[in-house]
Amino acid sequence: MSSVLTPLPVLLPLLGAAGTLLVGRHPRTQRTVSILVLTAVLGVSLALLLLADSEGPTAVAVGGWPVPLGIVLVVDRLSALMLVVASTVALGVLVFAVGQGSADGSEATPLSIFHPTFLVLIAGVSNAFLAGDLFNLYVGFEILLMASYVLLTLGGSAPRVRAGITYVVVSLLSSLIFLAAIGLIYAATGTVTMAQLAGRLAELPEGTQVLLQSMLLIAFCIKAAVFPLSAWLPDSYPTAPAPVTAVFAGLLTKVGVYAIIRTQTLLFPAGALDDVLMWAALATMVIGILGAVAQTDIRRILSFTLVSHIGYMLFGIALGTAGGLAGAIFYVAHHIAIQTTLFLVAGLVERTGGSTAMDRLGGLAQRSPFLAVLFFVPAMNLAGIPPLSGFIGKLGLLQAGVAEGSGQALALVAGGVVTSLLTLLAVARVWTRAFWRPATQEPSADTAAAAAIDAAPAPREPVPVGDGGAGAGERQTAWLAAWRRHEDVATAGTAVRATRAGAVRALRPLPGVMVGVTAVMVAVTVSLTVVAGPLYGLTQRAAEDLVERTPYVESVFTDPVPAEDGE
Amino acid sequence: MTPTVVLPVIIGGLYTAGVYLLLDRSLTRVLLGFLLLGNATNLLLLSTGGPSGMAPILGYAEPEEMSDPLPQALILTAIVITFGVAAFVLAMIHRSWRLAADEGVGTDEEDRRVARRSGTDADELDPDDLAPEDRPAGHADSLHAPAAEAADDVDLPLPGGRT
Repeated sequence: MSSVLTPLPVLLPLLGAAGTLLVGRHPRTQRTVSILVLTAVLGVSLALLLLADSEGPTAVAVGGWPVPLGIVLVVDRLSALMLVVASTVALGVLVFAVGQGSADGSEATPLSIFHPTFLVLIAGVSNAFLAGDLFNLYVGFEILLMASYVLLTLGGSAPRVRAGITYVVVSLLSSLIFLAAIGLIYAATGTVTMAQLAGRLAELPEGTQVLLQSMLLIAFCIKAAVFPLSAWLPDSYPTAPAPVTAVFAGLLTKVGVYAIIRTQTLLFPAGALDDVLMWAALATMVIGILGAVAQTDIRRILSFTLVSHIGYMLFGIALGTAGGLAGAIFYVAHHIAIQTTLFLVAGLVERTGGSTAMDRLGGLAQRSPFLAVLFFVPAMNLAGIPPLSGFIGKLGLLQAGVAEGSGQALALVAGGVVTSLLTLLAVARVWTRAFWRPATQEPSADTAAAAAIDAAPAPREPVPVGDGGAGAGERQTAWLAAWRRHEDVATAGTAVRATRAGAVRALRPLPGVMVGVTAVMVAVTVSLTVVAGPLYGLTQRAAEDLVERTPYVESVFTDPVPAEDGE
Repeated sequence: MTPTVVLPVIIGGLYTAGVYLLLDRSLTRVLLGFLLLGNATNLLLLSTGGPSGMAPILGYAEPEEMSDPLPQALILTAIVITFGVAAFVLAMIHRSWRLAADEGVGTDEEDRRVARRSGTDADELDPDDLAPEDRPAGHADSLHAPAAEAADDVDLPLPGGRT
């Protein structure tokens, strides 16, 4: 059973990507195909989770090659849980994007590459979760990164290309470090299969082990945005389209966290670098959240809280105990859902209010109460207000930290509490300024300046380059005059121009699909609280597997079921 | 196997030059740096395979004489990935250069969409402001005669303006 199911989370999105590429001229078919594919992936992942939880880890040798030679896919409780959460948020984001596309009437634009790329991204994420050897993990990373480059620079506008360049170069560097680490590990041990490495790495001299471990950690920490390797994230995420930012924020950094969990527990259980990880976790939490408090744009605030809360997961991993790992895994699942939802809400805010800059928003709670509820619930969840799942995850981590009892762990516990409070401060600022503040408030000087910049057509004027020859100046003056006339005409009769100069803008109506799917995602995050008991039990069993290590290794070496269909 | 000093020296040289280029502000140099780093890593992978030997084909050589095929398979995959990423980065460099250096006035899609959106708006529009294909039939091209030239996507504009 699992031999058929295991390759599907990778295969289905790849086939779906090919299919959507073929029907690129029929947006309706494309949407249907990609939604069907992701629904199927979600179903398969749920089945895999049930199987993995009842029967323990299983391994599938793809193509029927025996384990050290061929590619092996391994499903244990951790990877199955990750698959379920990932495919849930992917499906939600896809429906959101479809709703946005329909509302904009932009279905037939060149963005028809969105669906294939999105599916390739999901295939890469699934492959990374299922990979049983380091090189396949690398390939999974590359698949998802390649798709993310395309999604981040979708449309190729100047800010996106600028942000995309930072992201691409940083990701390339981390991939090269990872690849070099794989080469060195192969040179030292003669294998890249993780189950085999679990035994062989321990036989190496300690210095070599630490070198290999730190290379892998640096590569993964760049991807997971751990301080001080996190500076790229708040710079590149906020410019992308709302659904893309949502799925990136939810999934991509967590793939890095997953890789850290996997390698730290399976390959390097001795915990030689746990102290370093602890300090990195503390710095990530505190510095990330201080960055969030300083921001004035909702999306940038969310990007910084994303960085900050990676620190919680790292804290659990660095503890190395089953309790810490269980808390970390629960927190990963919670955070994927919550961060995606918050970015979707930010997309709705931008759509309805015309901006995500807090200075230019106001009175959303009064004018759009449902949107306010959609923001408030996940925001409180992110800050860790009981009884929501954020509180449960943080509580588990803090308890594990106290149980560890060392001074360092207690410092981390204190840092975690402070970070939680500062997160509350950051989201409360968003709440008071964007939602609670009366809409009629006079604009501050800052707002007026921003509105003036916005009202002028300056950013859209052609920028003269070089002398352009005789007549170019005249032509440009004439063009500008025409443009101003045109803009007046084009915006006459609508409220846009009038409100731009004022304190707040008129609200644009929101498409029902986008609001509906965001509401469903909020419900999912709340339901994490409802099922927190069984879920926490599951993460505890997953963590015990990870600490014990033998179930994973034995699944690879004793019962590799040949797969019926290869990749 | 006698250890060879050539490969480590080359790998080290490539890494050095690659890191140096990667730190440049010019994107083309960053790309070249990435290519050097990629090749350095490929050589590193190659050197992990141990001593060189015969091609690993059954019947062509004895297993003891063969070189290790796994690093070669890894390198092939890595080369393909590097190639794809390099192509994407090149496209981004081109796009970035066009955004920064292109003086042509492209068609503003949003503007056109707004203009088409409503019949009442269109009635009030000055036909001179519309793109040629949106103008009423028979309207003379009074202002935008060189529009076709300005929106040309095929011929790249020379830096410093076209004459």
